[in-house]
Amino acid sequence: MIATEKLSKGYGQTRAVDELDLKVGAGEIFGFLGPNGAGKTTTIRILTTLTKPSSGRARVDGFDVVGEAARVKKVIGVVQQHLSLDRELTVAENMEVHARLHHLSSHERRRRMAELLEYVELAQQAGQLVSDLSGGMKRRAMIARALLHRPKVLFLDEPTVGLDPHSRRRLWDLIRRMNADGSTVFLTTHYIEEAEALCHRVGILHEGRLIALGSPRELRQRLGLVAVEVVVDGATSYRFFADPVAARAHVQTLPSDARTLVVRDTNLEDVFVELTGRKVVPNG
Amino acid sequence: MAEIYAVFWGDLRQLRRRLWRTVGTGLLSPILYLVAFGWGLGRGAQMGGTNYLQFVIPGIIALTAMNTAYNAAGTKLNVGRLYYKTLDEYLMAPISTHSLVVGKALVGVIRGLITSTAMLVLALAISRQETIGPLFVVTLLVTCFAFSFMGLLAAFLAKSHEDMATFSTLVLLPMTFLGGTFFSVDQVPALLQAVLYAIPLTNASQCLRAAFLQQPFPWLSFAVLCGYLLAMYLACLIVVRRISV
Repeated sequence: MIATEKLSKGYGQTRAVDELDLKVGAGEIFGFLGPNGAGKTTTIRILTTLTKPSSGRARVDGFDVVGEAARVKKVIGVVQQHLSLDRELTVAENMEVHARLHHLSSHERRRRMAELLEYVELAQQAGQLVSDLSGGMKRRAMIARALLHRPKVLFLDEPTVGLDPHSRRRLWDLIRRMNADGSTVFLTTHYIEEAEALCHRVGILHEGRLIALGSPRELRQRLGLVAVEVVVDGATSYRFFADPVAARAHVQTLPSDARTLVVRDTNLEDVFVELTGRKVVPNG
Repeated sequence: MAEIYAVFWGDLRQLRRRLWRTVGTGLLSPILYLVAFGWGLGRGAQMGGTNYLQFVIPGIIALTAMNTAYNAAGTKLNVGRLYYKTLDEYLMAPISTHSLVVGKALVGVIRGLITSTAMLVLALAISRQETIGPLFVVTLLVTCFAFSFMGLLAAFLAKSHEDMATFSTLVLLPMTFLGGTFFSVDQVPALLQAVLYAIPLTNASQCLRAAFLQQPFPWLSFAVLCGYLLAMYLACLIVVRRISV
């Protein structure tokens, strides 16, 4: 459904995306994981026809994002990281603008808007100005808008950033439902738990390069499924083991002055740190 | 046409919601100009054999059309592009560049027409003139389109909100006072005349004045104004194609 070949985008001396080779199959929830500035948003902007690549190729549903941009635009739905709804219009009016821009007939417009407002549980808020909605409601309204023209691929750029935990989980459920209903979902996130909870496969992006690709379990398995954290003299060290038996054997060899000891499941953050030497979320 | 209307639809909804505020605020400046220059400085004065109030009214209408169309189209797009990022929604839609540019310009055109018409009604009452000809209406429409496209162009090119303000100061402000609104361009030295006739507002004022005062219509000025409209429209197309895929 999505394929890139040596896709690159440079801004001056900076390579925001560097020779990205990627394939995402139909029906997948694929997650791009990486810190701010890793190139996630630039990749989404290229795939959604908003930015021209410097070199390489990208195709969505078989259409080239540069040469066949008009056809790509018909098959994608996009929920951007920032609020891109018109704050001075109501939820329903924002949806109607989108429906008109995608050439939906007036009958189809009315039907899809009613369906989707129910789907994202915003039917009661349809007549409210966007500026009066909560953050979670705005995000759900953006998703409803993006789904109006029945896109084959839904791009979600940091869909839950800035949301409270309750709204985040509600949105995860919505993304799973959309995927179950047939949409391929391509999302970016810097929340580890989001990638683990939602994605069938994850690509880890670092300084514009894809440094790891696989299912969350595959990526953890490559590192070792059990992590042992040890703090000695204020410094934390991490060791990873294939199974709990090996981890326990290691713990018994530790010096007696090891003050804090944690044995836990490995997570994608461990994978990321091991691969790049830095945290996914720079400021916690 | 359906695509253009689709682009314009959201702006139209907002315009309907705040119509009276739009008309009210849009009329403030032209009324102040009319009071200060028409009744104040120009009371009893003549300009080229015409009562100064009659002379200045079409110029103020041209000025109103310019400012309203430019600001309505340009400011909205600038804020939508740089701050609220609402322009992305249009750039990702399967619509032509032509529909995007014309649809986005229409908010400036309609607001320019509404405010200029309100000013015209006021002016007709003051000047006790009963009719205006079709050439006046056509010129007003062309003026609104030309300056609406100019506002869009500035908004597409601006890298910040400050850039928009700078463009207004460097381009609109000189036009306001040199564009034949308050004085006859024919009175200035020949070299300066040539410069002033190259300004779009001068040509808009000349055409509207001739149509308002039922004088011979300056077709050359009208052609220059249409040329500006076309140039601004084409420049907008080029810039949009450059910033989008």
